[in-house]
Amino acid sequence: MSETPDLECRAISKNFDDFKAVKDVSFSVPQGTFFSILGPSGCGKTTLLRMIAGFQKPSGGDLLIKGKSMLDVPPNKRPVSMVFQHLALFPMMNIGANVGFGLRQRGVNKTDVKQQVERVLERVGLGGVAERPVSSLSGGQKQRVAIARCMVLEPDVLLLDEPLGALDLKLREHMKIELKQLQSEFNTTFVYITHDQSEALVMSDQIAVMNHGVFEQLGTAKELYYEPATSFVAGFVGEANRFAATVESADSGAVQMVTAEGKALRGVEAGRGLSHGDKVDVFVRPEAIRLSRSAADLAQLGNTSEGKVENILFNGANSQLILRDLTTGAEMSMALPQTGEFRDLAQGDVIAFGWEPQQTRVYRAGGAHGL
Amino acid sequence: MASDRSKLAFWLLMAPLLIWLVTLIILPHIGMFLVSLREKVGVREYETSFANYAVFFNEPLYWNTFARTAYMSIAATALTLLIGFPIAYYIAKLTRGRAKTTLFLMCLIPFWVSELVRTFGWMILLRETGVFSNLLQYLGLVDGPVEMLYNDAAIMTGLVYTSMLFMVVPLVTTLDSLDDSLIEAGYDLGASGFAILREIVIPHAMPGIVSGCIVVFMLSLGNYLTPILLGGKDSLWFTGLIYSQFITRFNWELGSAFGFLLLGLSSLIVFVGLKLSRQSLGKTMART
Ligand SMILES: Nc1ncnc2c1ncn2[C@@H]1O[C@H](COP(=O)(O)OP(=O)(O)OP(=O)(O)O)[C@@H](O)[C@H]1O
Ligand SMILES: [Mg+2]
Repeated sequence: MSETPDLECRAISKNFDDFKAVKDVSFSVPQGTFFSILGPSGCGKTTLLRMIAGFQKPSGGDLLIKGKSMLDVPPNKRPVSMVFQHLALFPMMNIGANVGFGLRQRGVNKTDVKQQVERVLERVGLGGVAERPVSSLSGGQKQRVAIARCMVLEPDVLLLDEPLGALDLKLREHMKIELKQLQSEFNTTFVYITHDQSEALVMSDQIAVMNHGVFEQLGTAKELYYEPATSFVAGFVGEANRFAATVESADSGAVQMVTAEGKALRGVEAGRGLSHGDKVDVFVRPEAIRLSRSAADLAQLGNTSEGKVENILFNGANSQLILRDLTTGAEMSMALPQTGEFRDLAQGDVIAFGWEPQQTRVYRAGGAHGL
Repeated sequence: MASDRSKLAFWLLMAPLLIWLVTLIILPHIGMFLVSLREKVGVREYETSFANYAVFFNEPLYWNTFARTAYMSIAATALTLLIGFPIAYYIAKLTRGRAKTTLFLMCLIPFWVSELVRTFGWMILLRETGVFSNLLQYLGLVDGPVEMLYNDAAIMTGLVYTSMLFMVVPLVTTLDSLDDSLIEAGYDLGASGFAILREIVIPHAMPGIVSGCIVVFMLSLGNYLTPILLGGKDSLWFTGLIYSQFITRFNWELGSAFGFLLLGLSSLIVFVGLKLSRQSLGKTMART
């Protein structure tokens, strides 16, 4: 790509005394991208974001915005704006003064400030509220004011630190869509951090999965979901059934394994280099598992088994079935098709299930695991 | 039945406060007010009139003393605020855990000894044969002993020192409640340190500033020991005037009138101050 990216981190790291919160992270974000950093609590997301905003000084590496190094630029001079986790709207000012705060600091004259504030408030769907106090807004409206307060400054990069964390579930679902819309409307580069995978999957163009201070994988939502590069990503992004097993044989990606209980499994290796005797983690997505009343129907699948129904979590099209595998004793969760075929399935029934080796991803065990 | 009982409990719980208010504040003031209205016309002969109040306004020495007391107190309040604010900001925002507690306690330590001892401490430092004077001579900066007591600067020093805690405590409390992310958001939106102080920190701390100022102003205005000891006999402090009417002159009538004038005028000054800073007493008290 010839265009300079809006944001580029080169081997950036941060140590707190001898604790490494961020370790040599490198990435670049092209203009107009919705870039998410997804990771469990304490993995260093906020630390990374605060380094980009300028509140924390990197221990090493370089940080460039539009090709210029930002290391010696104080936070009030950086072309980035941040939406804080608890929004940090100024309660001592009305909404208009909040949104106009940054413009006033730049010395823009009063009438222009007023005009621009009104315009940006209209764009986020809050026209005419400028005179009202911040406390008169609902959670979702405050969210939009916080974004408007940043967007009015036309930053090169907008940073968002779990901005939906404080909202209730329903509003969060709604704001997800709205945030994505706002982003494409303003066409600004967003760097969004979250520990909620569905937020990241729905909104992002690019997602980086972070764990223990490093990026485990960087890719689109689909890549992360269908081709997780590490066992951490496989376990963290999306739902998955997981087993421990030992490799019997591995041949150009196809792996034969056996679990501790002696059940044979077949799958594909995410990388290369497994050999006989290696301990591995095996991941299977719930929706990859097929159900049948007769084991013969599933014979052509590479992995088959039988299980006893433990629980049926009915939720319309998203219904879930929890089985106890009769041979391994492992708990398996799978999607329950609502075609009517399994309508009379009840707790305690025994049913056959199976899945393709292609849907079975195998990783060398011993990697760090979330969740 | 239940409501009767809760009413009884309410009055029982209120009783100490009410007794305190009535016996120690309201009753003496009523008594003083009645005394202040008596005009001595002969031996043991009194008439009801405002003559004692008239004395105050007709005698320049009295109201000049009052004006001087008032503006010295206002200056002491402003100075305490100027010194106390950075200290409070440091304690509330820039320290954590143990350091915070230690600093807070250090502000408190001077109050473990009585005001009299504290003031004598200042006298030992400032007098002609005191520590500072000797130090300056030793360093060769002055030829002879210097007297640093018995002037307005000495009074001011004493007043600021005495009231510092009452400024720092409410300020620390309000500044503590200021969310750090508001300050960071300010920087993030391009504000300078000064703009953040003016637009975010001070507006947030306003209730603390106002209540601290009221307390410090009232304490300075009503202070007796510090002005007398550090300012000497001619310190011209209004409380000194009241004291001499009661004790030296046995003129309780005039003393009472002065006491009432002090109460009224100081309330007026606080009222004007609140109006100027656009704060209300209720709001201030609720927030600190
Ligand atoms: N100022 C600090 N001093 C020492 N350690 C810190 C400091 N700030 C953060 N850490 C540590 O760095 C690690 C990463 O913290 P960070 O706040 O970046 O996590 P996070 O990914 O944002 O988590 P969450 O999702 O819970 O917000 C944590 O283990 C935290 O304890
Ligand atoms: Mg965080």
